[in-house]
Amino acid sequence: MEKKNYTISIYTENNIGLLSRIAAIFLKRHFNIESITASKSEVNEVMRFIIVVEITEDQVKKIIGQIEKQIEVIRAYYHTDEELIFQETALYKVNSAEFVEDLTIQDFIKETNARIVTVTPKFFVIEKTGKRYEIDDLYDKLKPYGLMQFVRSGKIAVSKNEMPISSILEDFNTININS
Amino acid sequence: MEVKTASKEKKIKQAPTTVSGAEAVIKCLLEEGIDTIYGYPGGAIMPVYDELYKYQDKIHHVLTRHEQGATHAAQGYARVTGKVGVCIATSGPGATNLVTGIADAQIDSTPMVCITGQVGSHLLGSDAFQETDIVGISTPVTKWNYQVTKAEEIPEVLAKAFYIARSGRPGPVLIDITKDAQFATLDFTYKKCTGIRSYKPFPTVNLSEIERAADLINSAKKPMIVFGQGVILGGAETLLQQVVEKAGVPAAWTILGLSAMATDHPLNVGMVGMHGNYGPNVLTNDCDVLIAIGMRFDDRVTGNLDHYAKQAKVIHFEIDPAEINKNVKAEVAVLGDVKETLQLLLGFLKPNNHDAWHQKFKDLYKIEYDKIINNELNGKEGKLGMTEVIDEINTSSNGDAIIVSDVGQHQMVACRYAKFNKPRSNVTSGGLGTMGFALPAAIGAKMGMPQRQVVAIIGDGGYQMTIQELGTIFQTKVPVKIVVLNNGFLGMVRQWQQMFFDNRYASTELINPDFVAIAKGYFIKAKKVTERSELKNAIKEMMDSPEAYFLEVKVEQEENVFPMIPTGASVSEIRLE
Repeated sequence: MEKKNYTISIYTENNIGLLSRIAAIFLKRHFNIESITASKSEVNEVMRFIIVVEITEDQVKKIIGQIEKQIEVIRAYYHTDEELIFQETALYKVNSAEFVEDLTIQDFIKETNARIVTVTPKFFVIEKTGKRYEIDDLYDKLKPYGLMQFVRSGKIAVSKNEMPISSILEDFNTININS
Repeated sequence: MEVKTASKEKKIKQAPTTVSGAEAVIKCLLEEGIDTIYGYPGGAIMPVYDELYKYQDKIHHVLTRHEQGATHAAQGYARVTGKVGVCIATSGPGATNLVTGIADAQIDSTPMVCITGQVGSHLLGSDAFQETDIVGISTPVTKWNYQVTKAEEIPEVLAKAFYIARSGRPGPVLIDITKDAQFATLDFTYKKCTGIRSYKPFPTVNLSEIERAADLINSAKKPMIVFGQGVILGGAETLLQQVVEKAGVPAAWTILGLSAMATDHPLNVGMVGMHGNYGPNVLTNDCDVLIAIGMRFDDRVTGNLDHYAKQAKVIHFEIDPAEINKNVKAEVAVLGDVKETLQLLLGFLKPNNHDAWHQKFKDLYKIEYDKIINNELNGKEGKLGMTEVIDEINTSSNGDAIIVSDVGQHQMVACRYAKFNKPRSNVTSGGLGTMGFALPAAIGAKMGMPQRQVVAIIGDGGYQMTIQELGTIFQTKVPVKIVVLNNGFLGMVRQWQQMFFDNRYASTELINPDFVAIAKGYFIKAKKVTERSELKNAIKEMMDSPEAYFLEVKVEQEENVFPMIPTGASVSEIRLE
């Protein structure tokens, strides 16, 4: 089976140990996590993890099963890039001297729709949000000018299809109140 | 209505009382109906032990000689009673010593709650004396774990712990409690946990899948059942027998499914897997419908997956959705507790028999009997064989004993030959293969089922891994029967060295001490048997003993366990020699 980038979305309770519990599931199977982000979700008091891995579909199905088995995981989903709207964000710290001297840098910024976040006498910080190849492209262009620092976020994504967490939680409440 | 009245009464009784966190722990255990716990004291858990002292008329605390022993004893207790086993330990080494037992309980789905003390919360992360991150360490081997740093969390967290440990597919839960949380006070009220919104222990049963399963079974020509521990955990032993009898399907078991169905039932065709019976292994690759009930297709059961039951349509009855299609693709997946799903299945099954197909199992059994079983049961010459000992125990117990086996050759022999009439009678470490499991597990099993005979079958290697628990047996006077089958080797590893490593016996020979003297040192009745002629009387004396009894049997040193599926081979390539 072919390996692909799968984006796993995990809705969970907010629990201190859960990140290592989820990470351990990947570790046990020797799967390398490409990126991971955690944030609040659209539902109050529910966290959302987004984990990107390059594995086969069979493997991703099995790992979803293992993740959903964890007590504080409400639901987990997996998607391919085609099923998602997704972005990454990167910050580039560039030496001010280079920036002022060489106007081509300014052209890159305009061309790539990047944004200047901070300007100081010593450095500029440029922010670029977009697809991975766009971020990599700007990286390649800025690299020759001496990147002082570079960092890229994990993938953030929303799915085209619904992930009905609220109704799952409502179902639980209904059952529990009736019983 | 009755329930409501009862809970009202309880509420009145349960006006909050101010107690320490440590006392709250004990009160939670009492609320959960726990009367026996296993453990070992130490600095960070002392407040809880102080309360145990006050509550000793209500909770029996068994002091094991090592924390690992406490976990296996709790497991033994849980496996024979179906209740949650509880063990307790201090921080640091006390906690890390629990890890093997926790991992064992996780892979064998045993309900267990472990409570560990932790350094004071102001010291967390400071590398304090006996501080260890037991929550981090135990994460991959627990169903759930949690660190309590505030006394008022204790009732709710322990209620959750017991609920999680026993519900759905059971498993171990670890609760780590900082020392300051044990000392601090809280207003105690207890409410049993009945649900957690992110946790669905029982998947929704889909009736159409049950109908599809029934259709497949009803139209099958060569159906075969393989049942596992799920049947026992679900309390579905009678239902299983009804399904087997109504549909007339030969049924085989995994090592943890053993005793879910009487071993002498005419449709019980024996064990599957690496050292299982010849018939069910070979015919796994001949059946047209394979009905897996509460089992998880472990690699020791399936052999090479590329050649496992490829011709068969697989029906998988399973409570844990993550097990579906994990190792073997299921044509029909029936999710749910087998107690519920088998009951529903029964209604759709047509009475049937498959005599010609069943005859195939009998024919293959005849081959196995002639080649292996007969020789092992009736070896009249040379040194005693392990099978003869198990057979003699069968004769004496009539299949009514609880057999607790350790790990290795003797385990395979015990599981292959022990007779069982009653469920929850086979206690062994299946998934993890934990040597040293049996002696402490037998203690827990006997305490859980004091009216039943409990016999531990152990090899000379595994015995020495937890031999210190003889101290627990002596102190508690628990009348377990201990049989050590002494072949002077780590027998299973030696067998592999002989077969696959060209007879290079690397570090498998054991120069053993005087086991009888050691048992006697603990004031336990003990005997050693070296001759066939002595065996019968020795077993009888042991079984009849009202006290604990240790019996060492010197057996053939280089006996091999057959049949055997070599690693990488298919189940139908099982070797008889």
